[in-house]
Formats: sequence, structure tokens, C-alpha cells
Amino acid sequence: MSTSNFTRRGVLKTGAIAGAGLATPTFFTAGSASAFTNDPTGSSVTFGFNVPQTGPYADEGMDELRAFELAVEHLNGEGDGGMLNTFSSNALGGNGILGKKVAFVTGDTQTKSDAARASAQSMIQKDGAIMISGGSSSGVAVAVQGLCQEAGVIFMAGLTHSNDTTGKDRKRNGFRHFFNAYMSAAALAPVLKKEYGADRKAYHLTADYTWGWTQQASIAAATEAVGWQTVNNVLTPLADTDFSAYIAPVLNSGADVLVLNHYGGNMVNSLTQAVQFGLRDKMVNGKQFEIVVPLYSELMAKGAGKNIGGILGSTNWSWKLQDEGTKAFVKSFGTKYGFPPSNAAHTCYVQTLLYADAAARAGSFNPCAIVEALEGFEFDGLGNGKTLYRADDHQCFKDVLVQKGNAEAANEYELLEIVEVTPVDQVTYASDHPMFAGGELGECNAGA
Amino acid sequence: MDALLLQIMNGLDKGSAYALIALGLTLIFGTLGVVNFAHGALFMIGAFCAVTMQKILTLSATTYDPLKLDFLGNPAMIKTPYVNTWFSEDFGALLIDWSVPLSILLAIPVMIGLGFIMERGLIKHFYKRPHADQILVTFGLAIVLQEIIKYFYGANPIPMPAPEMFKGSIDFGMMIGFDANQVIYPAWRLVYFLFSTVVIAAVFAFLQFTTFGMVVRAGMADRETVGLLGIDIDKRFTLMFGIAAAVAGLAGVMYTPINSPNYHMGMDFLVLSFVVVVVGGMGSLPGAVLAGFALGVLQSFASMNEVKSLLPGIDQVIIYLVAIVILLTRPRGLMGRKGVMEE
Repeated sequence: MSTSNFTRRGVLKTGAIAGAGLATPTFFTAGSASAFTNDPTGSSVTFGFNVPQTGPYADEGMDELRAFELAVEHLNGEGDGGMLNTFSSNALGGNGILGKKVAFVTGDTQTKSDAARASAQSMIQKDGAIMISGGSSSGVAVAVQGLCQEAGVIFMAGLTHSNDTTGKDRKRNGFRHFFNAYMSAAALAPVLKKEYGADRKAYHLTADYTWGWTQQASIAAATEAVGWQTVNNVLTPLADTDFSAYIAPVLNSGADVLVLNHYGGNMVNSLTQAVQFGLRDKMVNGKQFEIVVPLYSELMAKGAGKNIGGILGSTNWSWKLQDEGTKAFVKSFGTKYGFPPSNAAHTCYVQTLLYADAAARAGSFNPCAIVEALEGFEFDGLGNGKTLYRADDHQCFKDVLVQKGNAEAANEYELLEIVEVTPVDQVTYASDHPMFAGGELGECNAGA
Repeated sequence: MDALLLQIMNGLDKGSAYALIALGLTLIFGTLGVVNFAHGALFMIGAFCAVTMQKILTLSATTYDPLKLDFLGNPAMIKTPYVNTWFSEDFGALLIDWSVPLSILLAIPVMIGLGFIMERGLIKHFYKRPHADQILVTFGLAIVLQEIIKYFYGANPIPMPAPEMFKGSIDFGMMIGFDANQVIYPAWRLVYFLFSTVVIAAVFAFLQFTTFGMVVRAGMADRETVGLLGIDIDKRFTLMFGIAAAVAGLAGVMYTPINSPNYHMGMDFLVLSFVVVVVGGMGSLPGAVLAGFALGVLQSFASMNEVKSLLPGIDQVIIYLVAIVILLTRPRGLMGRKGVMEE
């Protein structure tokens, strides 16, 4: 009688394990010989810059790409060195990173989450990118951050302002230098109170997606805390271009402030149309009607033109700041490209330097070593004053700028002027703040 | 009541753009039998004619002022428009201020020419092909035109201010017996509505009261018979393609102060305008105009907070709901010819 060691259960178990192994994406297995995903073995290390090269934010994406190229030049010892000369950390010497020359590949997010994930995945799998950076949308940032966590590479977020990126969707492998909706609101509210008084009725128009929701919730909470009343909040579809049907009801709503929680083309159109409807000339409740745009960008200001005159908003940084880091960056960027850099360009440049510095300090490209080097890292000289990469949520804490539109600007780069530099303490919050709750960083993933 | 009036005005305004684009779409379908998905791109190119005109009028001589510094600390660049030098400063400023209406002079020949090239160079090869092929090729053409515009003008919206005298808003309510400040409406939107009405009337008058128009209408009704009479109907239809392109272009030119133009704006209007044509009746000119205004007003009402609180999201689907109902109950559309889309 012959006996067999095969049992039905055993075969099923083995089959399941083998099947799972075969089905695992290659980036989980490709680097199995190394300690981590895309361990650079040659003379260079590759970064993946994932920016919108087509679609509505393509101009912003191009500015990000310019900054990335400049950062790589400076890391490799070309050009004037830019902020490497002012950075408080001295780990980088302008000779690459850990003896390796920095190379880069680019991807097109198209400002679509699925396209952004696909291009990031391609850069990780095919091009061997060890770090992904860039993006001009919170939806994209959250999606790509999730992918990088799974793949075991570091994600250095570009322009993403939703609370969720370092809130409920935070990840151990993801880091955000850009400020967020809560910080915008915390910086703006006291200035709004000072400029427009405490007795105001606000009507919100809000882009109907993750960033719009968190922006609206943040600014409503902050303005209500200084005495304002929120009269209404109307969600507007992201694809809308004509906001007249949403603006007309504002006229007779009793509100004396319109808050536009819109970004990019949405903001350009809604602001232009609000001005055309005469809102800026209107007196309500005995007060001058005002418009507020919580998140500004230089490219939006350019699109809205003179309509932004006198309107308050917030930004992460401005090329007009007079610290040494900003001056060095503006000089490098302006000399190379002929115009001053945007917020998006600044944050992407800084993120690249911060990653490189973390690798140099850690002495390794292992994502977990990078995470350890960046968590709780305090630095200066990169344009925002003293800054902390908080370990609890991987959010940078630094001063926030409140800016006002200037209709009489001499050129399109001067359309925003700094009203106040809000100190970091005023925009700092607990990592378990209700607006950021529900997320866990989880474990670092090196992908091995 | 004032809120309703505002929404009606908004709807008529939005409907003006729908009607102008749909008029061209249905004109092309009625004459050439082509479903032209590049028509939205023609609207966008019209808008960029205005941008181009503004760029031409603001072409400037560059000098450097050593007393002023730019952001890098170099002498600041001072730009003086040539029109200010060639004419007086006041007249130059007036030309620049009126650049949007002046763009009509540029847009008409450019759009007719572009329409002619599109029809002769590409679309005529697809007359005998199925509608699906026509849609694919014209949609592809729309993407090509978009990318060309993006290459030269960038992806960001470009602000195009209305002339100074139409920049603000006017108290329309007071004109029709309401109290002051009850119905405030942007002056340029009223101009846009009036302009659209004039263009629509001109197209109808051209088709109704000229021999050329009469032949075109006869060709739309029975192309074969008109051909048998020895009339070169193809040549006339080609010109009608150019006129349809010009109508879309004019709609785009005058729309620029309402929405800052960007390379994608044509696509935003295309699908809705196509639905307008279906609702109005494929090939029916009065149907396109009627449906354009009616759907504009309906969409505007659906955007009211009171309506949206009852039916969330209704503003996004109302036009498509109407189209579904029309296609189920009257496939030829409100004013379509019997037999069209009914087989």
C-alpha cells in the first residue's frame, strides 16, 4: 500500500501561498536581493518627479519641474548652489548624494489620481526611482502617497493643501513640506477680524472634493471662532466653469463676505464672476462686501488679473521674502528661467533638498533610514524660517504668509503682496486634532 | 421673485453660448450630415483670437529704466505698447481697452478660413463614412487643436477684461420696476446676450432672405434635386461650414470676459451643446436656438439652492435627463424633421 504526504488541505495551502507570491506586484519582490526597493547599486541614484504635464494644472507642473531640475543641478554641484549655501544642515556638499550622481525621470499625473499612480508605479518599477515627488492636487498626493507606502519608496509631496494628506491619509513613507487648510485658516482668521471686523456673515462656495471640504471646514471653524457667522456653504462641482448660478443667490442672502474655497481655474473663474456681479461694490448690513480666497498661488493671481485687488488669502511662501534662503533660491531660479519662482516651485525644490540631506545624514537610501532622519528634523535657511518636520504626522511646521491682491501691480509677478507673516506657533495644532483624526502613520516600509 | 429673475437672466446668458455653438453644430449636420465634435474647439479658438488680438495690440517696445530694479536687482524692463507710440497714448489705451470687441474683426476671417481648411482638408473625406468615424476623427481633431493652443498659450486661464464701460454691473431691476439693488447684473453678460441674439438673427436672415441662403435651405431639404438643377451645392455647403465656424468663434470671442479662456474651454461646452442639438432636433436651426435657451434656463433653475436641497446634484444631470426624456418620447427632438433619428 502506498502512502502519500499530499493532503487536500496541504495542496490548497501551498497553492494559495504560491498564487499570492505570483500575484504580488514586482516592486514587492524585485528588490528582494537588496535590503530595500530600488537600492542604487551604480554610480547614480534616480528620483521620480511626478507632475501634471498635461491638463489644467500643467503650468503649475512645469514650474515644479523647473524647480526639480534646478535642485538636481545644485545637488550635483552645477550652478550657483542655490539654497545649499543657506541650508542649516551641512550634510550636502554639492557632489551628489553619498557619492552618487543624482539622475531623474519625470511622469505626468494629468491631475488624475489613477494616471498619477500609474506614472509613479512606472517610475518605481521601470526606472528604479527611489523617491517620488511632485503633484498639484491633494487627490493625487493622497493616491501617490499610498502607492509609495506600498512600494517601499519615499514620497515627498509637492503642492497638496488638504488636511487629509497628513491627517486621515498620512503614511509613514510620506512627507509634506507645504502648509495645509487648517494652517491657512489659522493664519487668515485673525487678519480677517482685524481688517473686516468680528461681526460678519460669510457665504462659502466650495469645490466638491477632499481639498475643498477640508478647506471649508477649516476656514469656517476659524472664522466662527473670531465671531463670524457662516450663512451657507454651497458645494460646486470641480468641472464647473460658470459660477453665475451660484453667485446670484449670494447677492440677496444677507451675507457680507464670500469665501471662495476654490483653487486653480475654478478660483480664477469664480472670482472673476463674483467681481463682475458687483459684489466688491456692494454694501450689506452697513458694511462693504468682501471676498476671501483662503489659498492663493502666483499662477492663480496671474489668471485672475486685476480682479484680485484687495482680496486676502494665504500662501506657503513668497519670492518677495527677504531671508537669505529665499534670496538665494530666487536668484538661482530667476537667472536660469527669467522670472521668479512660484509657491509650488519652492516647495518642490525644498523637498528634493530635504530628501537628499536626509539620505546624506542617514548614510543610506534605505527608506526607513530616511524616515528616521526626517522625523523631528529641525532646519532653517530654506525660505520659511525655522521649520520642523513633525514626527507624529510628517507635516512641516513653519510660518505662514497672509497676502493681499494688488490690482495696481507693475507686472504679473507682483500681484500678491505680503500683509503678515503669521508665526508658526499660531498655526500649530495637536497631531490628534479632530480635523486630522482617523489616520495612522503605520510602519515604515522599505519594500524588501 | 428677484432671485428667479436673476436665474432666468443667468440661464438666458448661458443659453446664448449653448445656442450659438449648437446653431453651428446643427447647421453642419443639416448641410453636410457630419457630426462635428471639433465644434467646441472652434469656440475655444475664437476665444484665443481675442487673446491674440490683445497680444497684438499690446506688442511693446522694451526699454530699461536704471532707476527701477527688477526682482533680481537688474534695471527694470519698461514696456511701451507700439499703438501708444504710433497713435496718441489715449487712442492706444482705447484700442487696448476695446481689444475683445475688436477681436471680432480678426475672428471672422480666421474662423471662416479655418472652417474651410477643416472641411476641405479633412472632413470631406468622411462624408460617406459612418457617424461613429466622423465623431472619432473630429474629436481627434479637437484634441490636436487644443494641444496646439496649449503649446503656444500655456494651460493657465488668461484674463481678458471687458471694455472699461462694461466692466461693472448695472441695476437691471430698477430698469424694469424693481426696487434699487434687487437685481444687479454684470453689464458684459447683458452685452453677450444681446450680441448672441443679433448673431442668431443675422444667421436666420442670411438663410431666409438671400438667394444663397435659399439654395442652402433647399439643399438641406433635398440635396440631390438641387444638385440635379446644376447648382454646385458642395461649394455652398463648404462656405456654410465656414460660417458655422465663424458663429462658434464669435461666441468664443465675446465669452472671454465672462470666463478667462483656457485651452480646455471648448470641451466644457461641446457635450452640452451636442445635447442641445439632440433636444432641439438634429439639423433644426430654430430647434437648436430654442433648446439652447430653454436648457440654459433650466440648468440655471436647477442650480438654485432651494432646488438642490430637494434634489442634490440635479444641476449636473438636468440637461441629460431632459435629453433622455426627449429621446424616449420624441426621438427627432423638439423641432426636428420627421424621420430624422427616428429610424
